Order: sequence, then structure tokens, then C-alpha cells
Amino acid sequence: MKIDPGARIVGHESWHDYHLLSVAVPAVAAAAAPGQFVMVKVNDQPYPLLRRPLSIHGRNGDRLEFFFKTAGVGTAILATKQPGDGLDLLGPLGRGFRPPERAAGKLAYLVGGGRGIAPLFFLAEDLHARGVKVRVFYGGRTAADIPLRPKFERACWETGFATDDGSFGFAGLVTTLFAQEAAARRPDIVYACGPDPMFHTLAGAVRTLGVPAQFSLESIMGCGIGACWGCVHRIRKDGREAWVKICEDGPVFAASDIVWPEKT
Amino acid sequence: MADLTVDLGFRKLRNPVITASGTFGYGLEFQPFLDLERLGGFIVKGLYFEPREGNPPPRLVETASGLINAIGLQGVGVRAFRAEVLPRLRDLDTAVIINVCGDDDDEYVRVVEALGDERGVAAFELNISCPNVKRDGACPALAPESTYAVVKRVKAATAVPLMTKLSPNVTDIVGIARAAEEAATDAISLVNTFLAMAIDVETRRPKLGNIFGGLSGPAIKPIALRMVYQVASRVRVPVIGVGGIMTGMDALEFLVAGARAVEVGTANFADPTAAVRIIGELDRFCEEKGIARLADIIGTLRLA
Repeated sequence: MKIDPGARIVGHESWHDYHLLSVAVPAVAAAAAPGQFVMVKVNDQPYPLLRRPLSIHGRNGDRLEFFFKTAGVGTAILATKQPGDGLDLLGPLGRGFRPPERAAGKLAYLVGGGRGIAPLFFLAEDLHARGVKVRVFYGGRTAADIPLRPKFERACWETGFATDDGSFGFAGLVTTLFAQEAAARRPDIVYACGPDPMFHTLAGAVRTLGVPAQFSLESIMGCGIGACWGCVHRIRKDGREAWVKICEDGPVFAASDIVWPEKT
Repeated sequence: MADLTVDLGFRKLRNPVITASGTFGYGLEFQPFLDLERLGGFIVKGLYFEPREGNPPPRLVETASGLINAIGLQGVGVRAFRAEVLPRLRDLDTAVIINVCGDDDDEYVRVVEALGDERGVAAFELNISCPNVKRDGACPALAPESTYAVVKRVKAATAVPLMTKLSPNVTDIVGIARAAEEAATDAISLVNTFLAMAIDVETRRPKLGNIFGGLSGPAIKPIALRMVYQVASRVRVPVIGVGGIMTGMDALEFLVAGARAVEVGTANFADPTAAVRIIGELDRFCEEKGIARLADIIGTLRLA
């Protein structure tokens, strides 16, 4: 992991609140693996105070891509960045997705909801290169929430799209689409990133299927390097439950190790 | 290069910059980013005798120029620290300081007794001021009597130098500092975080799992500075200034106010190299102003 205060924006596409930044950051790009993240200082001012975690969406030579949705002050500033602007990046951080053992020929289902699709593009490319058959399920509330649809359609893996309001693709939850497909053709492994309700449903589905799954969790982070203990999630580890740091032990965890809070 | 050394009485530091407990992990997390031996010292994460669960998330919320945390002092406990962490720290040529926590006075004593004979511990920092482990921020540092009692007991239990870290959530900081001094603390560090909260108005729920947390960062610096000045001018033991230090200039304000050293905390999150950068800024300030010894500016606030 490295700090590169001299990273440079080389591309910026946007769709309403969603943004795709391409950043030239050779040393970090060279070390990056799917599922890892970076901590970004969005400006050189003391406000906002903390870096923001961004999962790595893709790698193209010495460039990394980041896909995010504006949600607060930090991401709003990031959304104003233009090609030529500098950026201060710390990364790559965390433990990413693990490919299936004896990967070639295996069938992997990747399930992404909203901005949670971000790390799954990098993963899909990596798995594809390993000979894994990849099927991506990409869902959102409405068609505007799945702006990367054309990018996934252009890639050479299978895709399925779902919108809650039926404005594009399957009408309903992406987890429902997943369950239908998985019943017809059982995957060997499942990878997912999205909001908590999606994880809850999917955790039950993969348990029923008896298929291993890896989920990439998200949290507010103070430091990204394991020092502040601010980003914990309840995880089964070494035979017991504990608050485990998402930045250091994750962000990717085996779905069977993740403990979800009781519904209130 | 100016002479940046400072003297805490019980220990000379190569420079006045110490990293604050809870913002620097066990030190090892920062080794990829900076040379720990360039620091005046570092204070490891607060240690209870037993391993500690910590609070349910969310544990952090960023506010205007500040950070509220309610980690709840999650940590590995004395046994794991002694077996797995301290051996990797003790030979470092810098002041390794252990932040000591306790649910009651007995536990503070147990921690210092368990670690007091260990080689490579420069000092204990007695954390009697964490606002997010008990209801409504209760802690010994909220009253002079309870401060005196715990410092007295811990001091009697160990020969290792003792820094006592005070809370800003009080009406009379000087009275509490004096209580710690009377109980024979070797130094006083202040301030810990300010009891604070934030609310999500969409859900009308608190933004922290613990409801309350401790506010740190640039937002608290002017208040911390005022308290450090009040205390430093009224006690004889060395005072270590803590609160929102992000730059060399911030650190200098505390030194001029009377702090013999400073702790850098929240800045470490935004920039893992912050402490080393601040040391460089102190050196540059001395060079530019022709100050041969940084320690000469300690307590030099001009009032007339």
C-alpha cells in the first residue's frame, strides 16, 4: 500500500448522481486486486477532514477506475473533478475477492445493487481471464440506477438486469432474478456487493443453495489502514463472533461468516 | 536542523510530537508510511486488562472539521499485547507509551502491574477520560476526588512514569489537573475528546450506535488550547497539549501556551504521515525564525 498524492484524473463520465472517474496512478494500479479499495483525499483542505473509501471498479494499464454515487460532502467534491485535476490516493487497501479454486470452467454469479456494482467489474474481468464463466446480475430502483448497463453489455460475459419499477429488464429485485436463474442453473460461487437488504436476502438464498459466497461490505471509515477501529462489522472469526475491521480483514468476507443484526 | 528536543522530566524526547492514543493503532499499522523512530513518541491504543468488545457500529461520524467517535476502546487486552505487540515495539528508539484503561480503579492497577516490569515502556498514559464507554460519558476525570484517587493508587502500583489524560467535559479543568498533580502524576495530557452527538434527521436516529461519542479534530483546537494554557500556567508538572493539531503551526500554539510536548491524533487518519510532516514544519519554523532550540518557545505567550 502506498500514498500517491500525485494521482491525476484522466476521465470523468457521469449519469445524474453516478460518476465514473478514471485516474492515472501507476504504483497503486500495479498492486491492485479485485475487491480492494483506496482512501481518497478529495481536496487539499482540512474540510472534509477524512479520506473517503472508494472501491476499485476497474484497471486499465496504469489507470484505475472508480464508480460512485454522490451521497455527501466528500463525494460531491469528487464529482466536480475534471481531467487534469490531481488527487491524493492511499491504497490499494484491504482483502479482496478470492477466485474459486481450480477456477477454469467454474460458473460464478456476480450480484450488484446500485453503486454496489462498483467492484464487480474488476472482479468479472479477472475471473473471465481465469477461465471462469461469469454471469453478472445488476439491479437498481429504476433504469437510472443502473447506468453502467451498456458497459456490462459490451463485455463478453452474460448479464441480467433488474429494476424495482420495471423500467428496464426484470421487474423486481435483483435477488429475485438471481434466485430464478440459480434455480435453473446452479452457480459454483456467488460474489456480491450492494445495500444491506440485498445482502440479507442473498445470504438466505446462497445458504439454501449450498453455494459459497463472498460479500463486499461497506462502511464509514476513519483511516482505512486498521488503526481507528471505526469500520467494524459483526463477523464469525476463529469460532466466535466479534466486531471485525472491514478495512483490514475485509472488505470482502465469506457470506457464511457475516452476522446480520436482528431485524428491529 | 534546529534542536527540537524537549524534556518531560522523566524522559527526554527527540522532538515534541507524540501520536495520540486511539488514532495510531499499536504503531505497527503506520510503519508502511513513516519511520516510527522519527517521532518524539507514540501512544498505543487504550488497553484494558481483558480483551474489549467495543461499541456497536456506527462508530464514527464526521462533522464540520471534526470527527465524533464511539469506538468503545475495543482492544486486545494485556496478555495479547504483552505476547504479540510489545515485543515488536520495545526495541524501537522512541518513547513507547501505553494508554491504560480500566472499568474501575482496580483494573487500572492490574494493567500497570502486569506491564510495569516490561522493558521498553517509556510511560503509562492513564486514560481516565474516555467519554464513550460509560453512560453519559462518565469517567474518573470528571471530578477532582475520583481523579486523585485513581492516580494515587496507580502511582503507588508502578515505578513507570505516569501521564494522566484529562477530560475537557468539566467546569474546572485546573482543579482536576491539580488533583492529578497532588496525587503525584509525572505529567498531564489534555484534552481527551468532547462528549458529542449527531442525528440523522431523515430517520431521526442518532448517527452513532452508542448515541454519544467523543469529538476530536480541528473543531476542538481552540477550546483545547485554552484549557492547556489554563492548566500549564497553574501546575508544575509537564503538560502535553492535545486537540485538533493538524499542522506545525497548530503544535506551536500549544507549545507557546505552555505545553512541553503535543499529541497528534485525528490528523493521522487523514494523512498517515501527518506526525512526521508536523515535525518537519516545526523544524522549518525554527530555521526561518532563527530559533536554535524549539524548547525555548515553550510557555512564552506574551500578554502585554
